[in-house]
Amino acid sequence: MNVDETDLPGMGRRKDFMTTSGRRIGVVELREGTMELIVSTWDDPDTCQASIPLTGDEAATLGNLLGGQHLAMKLTEEHREIPGIVTRQFSIAPESPFQNQPMGKACIRTRCGVSIVAIMREGEVLPSPGPDVVLHSGDLLVAVGTQEGLDSAADILRNG
Amino acid sequence: MDPLALTLIELGAVVFCLGLLARLAGRIGMSPIPLYLVGGLAFGAGGVVKLEGMHEFAHLSGEIGVILLLLMLGLEYTAAELFTGLRRSWQAGVLDLVLNFLPGAALALLLGWGTVGAMVMGGVTYISSSGIAAKVITDLGRIGNRETPVVLSILVFEDLAMAVYLPILTATLAGVSFLGGLTTVAISLAVVTVVLMVALRHGHRVSKAVHSENSEVFLLNLLGAALLVAGVASALQVSAAVGAFMLGIAISGATAHSATRILEPLRDLFAAIFFVAFGLNTDPSTIPPVLGWALILAAITATTKMLTGIWAAKRAGIARRGRFRAGAALIARGEFSIVIAGLAVASGVVPDDLAALATAYVLIMAVLGPLAARYVEPVLKAFGGPVRLAAKA
Repeated sequence: MNVDETDLPGMGRRKDFMTTSGRRIGVVELREGTMELIVSTWDDPDTCQASIPLTGDEAATLGNLLGGQHLAMKLTEEHREIPGIVTRQFSIAPESPFQNQPMGKACIRTRCGVSIVAIMREGEVLPSPGPDVVLHSGDLLVAVGTQEGLDSAADILRNG
Repeated sequence: MDPLALTLIELGAVVFCLGLLARLAGRIGMSPIPLYLVGGLAFGAGGVVKLEGMHEFAHLSGEIGVILLLLMLGLEYTAAELFTGLRRSWQAGVLDLVLNFLPGAALALLLGWGTVGAMVMGGVTYISSSGIAAKVITDLGRIGNRETPVVLSILVFEDLAMAVYLPILTATLAGVSFLGGLTTVAISLAVVTVVLMVALRHGHRVSKAVHSENSEVFLLNLLGAALLVAGVASALQVSAAVGAFMLGIAISGATAHSATRILEPLRDLFAAIFFVAFGLNTDPSTIPPVLGWALILAAITATTKMLTGIWAAKRAGIARRGRFRAGAALIARGEFSIVIAGLAVASGVVPDDLAALATAYVLIMAVLGPLAARYVEPVLKAFGGPVRLAAKA
């Protein structure tokens, strides 16, 4: 993917690319440290239909949502050969009992046979996280296991 | 009445009125600069109410306003941005200079104001208002647009051109001989180059020298340094404003950002007083005779800025509508046109009509610019025939 980076003197920096559907999409990093999501209009790729200001948290969450979906799709693709194995994503809610706790405390693999294969955090991927990785609210856990195992893992993460 | 009490009352009334005007400008979404000028006209020589007590204060504050305007202009861009801007857009910048300097200069010659007048009016019509342009781009949600870097690089070029133009102007206004003028220009070019080099390599050291975690210390450091540099530059005949501009360029990185934040309210206050002071010194009755010329000049230079933007955007591969948006964003003239006219008026070597023409011109352009930027697209859609579908990349 070819991402264009353009300096905006006195304002910041724009990073964008062209989608196959003919829209330009990207972000503008403003000098003050805030960020804007930009999407071009359908009839004029030079202009923006929307420029949506995002806080750091919001940008990270959006990154997780987009990247997590991509990762989950890839994993599902890879596990297609093995019947009964499913990939699912769990987000850590602010009220989760495991917020700010090491992941090992939830004992998900022992209790439901589910592996956490990656954590998406602030737009970045932590691959094969160990039990001592501390979970934060907003993290997106990519888990692989059976349907039932994943159901109980979701319950554990939500209610302890 | 006690002169101090009179001054305080006048100053208070004026600043309060400026507040009301700024609020009105914000309400109708326009730049407050034309309203400040009108305010100054109303209170000044031959105006509705005559204010005598605050003249001295308004004069000095106006000078400080100019220094702060230029300091913050320098802070806006890093030396690296100036260099890349120059490399990327010098052709557009030169076209901009030729197309927009000539109409003003030609009119000044036509009106018999001589080469000095031509020098001044050329500058007035050349320099776009980067303040108004940036605000228009932000307000209309065009930061992410593809033509925006084109517009911004032209503004960057104009700012660099100012660094060379202002010393030349100062020398011309001081009536130095041709040889003396050349020396001044050589000195200022050398200073500009050295400062840019220093800023690029050692900008962090300059920043460190003025920086402080304590915002009070930081503010005093900044203001002290700016006034000192401006004063020294003025003593060397290089123009106080350029000194402040160079200091602004030399301060870089995080220090520049916090400096901008900390100086903004101060700049707003002093710049507003500067515009009022300029209006104060202009007799409103001198404006109607030059209004026709101002309108003609406005029509011509709005077109030439439009052409500049269209040409530059076309070179950058922007489609038709984006080209017109780029041109319209550049139309506004404002603070720096008044700075140039103010320098000329202060020197006393230009006719009073020049101040009147510059005032009328900026009044028109500061209002017309944002309107043009906002409505260029709907107008284009209404008259421009069918809209071409976007090309797939």
